[in-house]
Amino acid sequence: MSTNIPTQPLVISGKIFASRLFTGTGKFGAAQLMEDALLASGTELVTVALKRIDALNRQDNLLAHLAHPRLNLLPNTSGVRTAKEAVFAAQMAREALETNWLKLEIHPDPKYLLPDPIETLKAADELVKLGFIVLPYVHADPVLCKRLEEVGVAAVMPLGAPIGTNKGLRTIDFLEIIIEQSRIPVVVDAGLGAPSHAAAAMEMGADAVLVNTAIAVSDDPVRMAMAFKLAVEAGRLAYEARLARPSVMAHASSPFTAFLDEL
Amino acid sequence: MSPHTWFDAHDWDTVQRAIYATTPRQVERALGSTRRTLADFQALISPAAQAYLEPMAQLSHQLTQKRFGKTIQLYAPLYLSNECQNICTYCAFSLDNRISRRTLTDEEILREATAVKELGYDHILLVTGEANQTVGVPYLKNAIRLLQPHFAHISLEVQPLDQPEYEELMAEGLNTVLVYQETYHRETYKNHHPKGKKSNFSYRLDTPDRLGKAGIHKMGLGALLGLEDWRTDSFFTAAHLHYLERRYWETRYSISFPRLRPIDLLQNDTITSKSFERCMTDRDLVQLICAYRLFNEEVELSLSTRETPRFRDHVLKLGITSMSAGSKTNPGGYAVAPQSLEQFAISDERSPAQMVDVIRSQGYEPVWKDWDKTLTGA
Repeated sequence: MSTNIPTQPLVISGKIFASRLFTGTGKFGAAQLMEDALLASGTELVTVALKRIDALNRQDNLLAHLAHPRLNLLPNTSGVRTAKEAVFAAQMAREALETNWLKLEIHPDPKYLLPDPIETLKAADELVKLGFIVLPYVHADPVLCKRLEEVGVAAVMPLGAPIGTNKGLRTIDFLEIIIEQSRIPVVVDAGLGAPSHAAAAMEMGADAVLVNTAIAVSDDPVRMAMAFKLAVEAGRLAYEARLARPSVMAHASSPFTAFLDEL
Repeated sequence: MSPHTWFDAHDWDTVQRAIYATTPRQVERALGSTRRTLADFQALISPAAQAYLEPMAQLSHQLTQKRFGKTIQLYAPLYLSNECQNICTYCAFSLDNRISRRTLTDEEILREATAVKELGYDHILLVTGEANQTVGVPYLKNAIRLLQPHFAHISLEVQPLDQPEYEELMAEGLNTVLVYQETYHRETYKNHHPKGKKSNFSYRLDTPDRLGKAGIHKMGLGALLGLEDWRTDSFFTAAHLHYLERRYWETRYSISFPRLRPIDLLQNDTITSKSFERCMTDRDLVQLICAYRLFNEEVELSLSTRETPRFRDHVLKLGITSMSAGSKTNPGGYAVAPQSLEQFAISDERSPAQMVDVIRSQGYEPVWKDWDKTLTGA
């Protein structure tokens, strides 16, 4: 439907993505529904929790439903609490899923699943050296994002709001700084609850967004996936076409500067 | 700070009076709040909140889906032994019940494990009575070592242990420990646990602290519903959870809802059934499940086969996140000795395959595996 929309492709670590919508694979009510929704979303990068797959089982139900040429897998380390655990899990994921791409998630706090900046930086440094293409999930912390860029991660994935909350771009002021400063792609991850949130992130100049809960938990995941696809495309088009900024209103009277005209 | 501080901050009678004096206005305030407090939970478990059950259920359903998606995790209990040195008035494994005792050997444990694996399970809950000579830490350590290669996630529901003992078992691959206080009412606790190590109320009350200090990955709390006033006991359970979450913030928590079930007693060579005054109705239990979800959006809520098929099918979407199915509550029940005496009579005898069909028919995905040993570097 929209293959002819002339937006710039996204490049991460040399790989070209036509779709700027990344998706998750959790929370769907059925594996078939997940597959249908992911295909409808046009996504080319889907994150998969290592804890949900049976690495030894070639018939793994989840993986069977993700076996499409256009769906690239992005294993994540959800569940680890330290850099050491993350590095170990990453190596297992690489072996099991035969990819060196990795979404690095370290959240020692199991309640709000907020990422640990210290352990994440430590693990990212080590994993880059081990040859991984690392996409770390982080708080919207501009300094941390620069630090991660320096150790060689392929993109940064700052959160818009606590994961699974559907609250939208609550960290907008910090996301703007991250996007402005970053020399690597910025993927807004977590908290995007509506297509309008995704569109807003793309209009701001985010390189991509990652959406899971809002699609998986909706009454009609396939149609919601399409809605996010369109929103992401619209937001990107608007960004590339340069949004007109709200103009400063001219006032009829100029109490501060009128004197300049009075001479 | 003594671990008891949170407990001493609440007086049973005062809490109970406050729960029963809750006004509709307090319930409405609790319902309307976005970040609910312990006071809100207290209002939501009150008799006054029963009139708001439908809105509570709708909210609970929404919040659970947002956090956990349309999924139900499945686990199976594996009873290793029914030997026990305690007297508990409600349990068929009680020392004073003259049943034949059995503790599974290595070979039997593996046979049971194979049977459980064949049902589809990857998460397993190991259960024993309290008999330190036969099923102490060395026995448990050996069992976990035997089972660890076969399961993604191992939980334990046994007697309370010391912190170094938990650490020892965690090193073997133990992930989760369930330890229910049974009741938070000291006197009632004493009456129901007159003999054995379990009669020590304080040692049991401090167990979650020892688990937290050991760095356990997940712990499960609960009160045995039916021993005391369920509302007050549930308030204390929630207060315990609230305290633990703040202190041991890297641990995950789950809540279970064990309602007392009839047990078989062997007296003078005849088996008699002992049932309990039904202190908690189905309506009460739905209220409690929803109240927990509204109070804590992230806590896992678990429902066993103690409950009837009809009840389980209806609450599946209301807040519950994990279930057992086809459970055997006797050691050897899956393969080795299916006819031995159960700890309690289960109400839902449907097989895991049947339960999977039920879950799917409601538009939910049964999840057999939600953990991987590699995540803790094992």
